[in-house]
Amino acid sequence: MPWFLRSKENISETQQKEMPDGLWTKCPSCSEMIFKKELEENYFCCIKCNYHYRIGTKEYVDIILDSNTFNETNTNILSSDPLNFVDSKPYKDRLKVTYDSLGINEALTTGTGKINGEMVSFASMNFSFIGGSMGSVVGEKFYRAAKLAMDKKYPLIVITSSGGARMQEAAYSLMQMAKTSAVLSELAESGGIYITILTDPTTGGVTASYGMLGDIILAEPGALIGFAGPRVIEQTIKRKLPPGFQRAEFLLEKGFVDLIVPRNELKSTLTKVIKWFKS
Amino acid sequence: MATKTYLDFEKPIIELENKITELKSMSDVVDISEEIKELEKKIDELRLDIYKNLTRWQRVQIARHPERPQTLDYIENIFEDFIELHGDRYYRDDPAIVGGIALFNKQSIVVIGHQKGRNTKSNLYRNFGMANPEGYRKAHRLMLLAEKFKKPVITFLDTPGAFPGLEAEEHGQAEAIAKNLLLMSGLRVPIIVVIIGEGASGGAIGIGIGDRILMLENAWYSVISPESCSSILWRSWDFKEQAAEALQLTAFDLKKQGIIDEIVPEPIGGAHKNHTEMFKIMKEILTKELQKLINTNPEKLVRKRREKFYKMGVWSEK
Ligand SMILES: [Zn+2]
Repeated sequence: MPWFLRSKENISETQQKEMPDGLWTKCPSCSEMIFKKELEENYFCCIKCNYHYRIGTKEYVDIILDSNTFNETNTNILSSDPLNFVDSKPYKDRLKVTYDSLGINEALTTGTGKINGEMVSFASMNFSFIGGSMGSVVGEKFYRAAKLAMDKKYPLIVITSSGGARMQEAAYSLMQMAKTSAVLSELAESGGIYITILTDPTTGGVTASYGMLGDIILAEPGALIGFAGPRVIEQTIKRKLPPGFQRAEFLLEKGFVDLIVPRNELKSTLTKVIKWFKS
Repeated sequence: MATKTYLDFEKPIIELENKITELKSMSDVVDISEEIKELEKKIDELRLDIYKNLTRWQRVQIARHPERPQTLDYIENIFEDFIELHGDRYYRDDPAIVGGIALFNKQSIVVIGHQKGRNTKSNLYRNFGMANPEGYRKAHRLMLLAEKFKKPVITFLDTPGAFPGLEAEEHGQAEAIAKNLLLMSGLRVPIIVVIIGEGASGGAIGIGIGDRILMLENAWYSVISPESCSSILWRSWDFKEQAAEALQLTAFDLKKQGIIDEIVPEPIGGAHKNHTEMFKIMKEILTKELQKLINTNPEKLVRKRREKFYKMGVWSEK
């Protein structure tokens, strides 16, 4: 938010942990108690209200790609804290704690795999990794996934979820919007296929670069999608936002996403779309 | 040149200036021209000293100085025959981004920039330089005009951020910025970007991809303002100085980081202190930069532009 409109209230990062340990989980939307095994079998969607839980790359690989076809790439690209950034704690420590607790190495995972037999270049964001924020590593891995799609003539399939910028990488982080868009303009010129799937939440620089640049833009039901976060907007305009604002259904109505696809239909929809491109 | 607004770290200068004014009012009684000369020399030295050792936060304050030259000032003073072209051709005209056609050293160019106001009234009209999607879409169609008629594009960046408003979201702020990034990555004419004041986040880079990225000595450019960064990472608005240091957001920092190509020097005391001198410096640099680009073939231009941005970022690879 602009510095001169600031209010005393601080902007806080939301990183709710939706699935605490244990056998049962309470739906954040309708409060239904759900047996975790059952939730898993239902694509991590509430059996009562169809609330789509936030999930990560591992789950999307299972849901979208043919079994045992995923080959992760670029696992050796890691953040190196170029600015020696220290706020309430050093960025280096933040990274280490995140690696250790999550067992994933960045906010973007890349690889190749098959969707109903069709090879794709696949990239998926991890919101649990520092809010899915985009820094140098996200930009570079995205760049390589797009280059691979170009070289091999694979469709590029990207699942987004991001709270915005990796502030600890400052201007480098901002430049990733340019870098990812630049490689997409090269991909587009080469006739490459690019499909995005926007999931909850997709905001900030990711939406305003590769999120909104898909040839086809799909969104999961109820996903928060926008540029500014809702709290920042409320602080700016000094009133509450209407219910449903910035949700996938709102964006569809306003004309910014092509289609809302429930998670259990993602694979079949992608199959049809890819078939159209390839036929 | 007396300034109406001064920054807190300029206070010692202002005190001396006030002393001169006081002395001058008594000058018909006694001859004090020597004393005045001495004081003026002292002011110059003091200003040089202060401006040599600016902290990052002080530069942020200079970048926001209300008397700093703005996009339309540069346009009026270094280009000829400027005609402002309004509107995005879909919904409305956004006064926070201005654009149009002009001549620069007899060369036709398209110019686009964020426009702030100077007082409350003009700032309300310009929305403090915070653009809505319509502003980015106006820029988009002007860049297509430039490409169609093979004219170079010059953009001036000066914004505290894209407007985080309700309508802005409804009208697709993210989509409008993303489309500009895509277009500018492949535009087949030269693009020169100049960060003249504040370059805050996606709202800035939304007209900020180019072949040459220039930045004024006292401008700032980053992913977030020091205040918001303080609020999020320190959970308080009070750490803006520390945040400015941590973000490394000055022209000197960004040159080191490989994010900008050239630092544009400002007159002593900042661009607001001497507009005429600032316009002269800007004109010389833009002339030189445009000459370098003007005869490059479009394929090479676009390839080199993309490669420049592909290199941005730092990571380790084991
Ligand atoms: Zn539920």
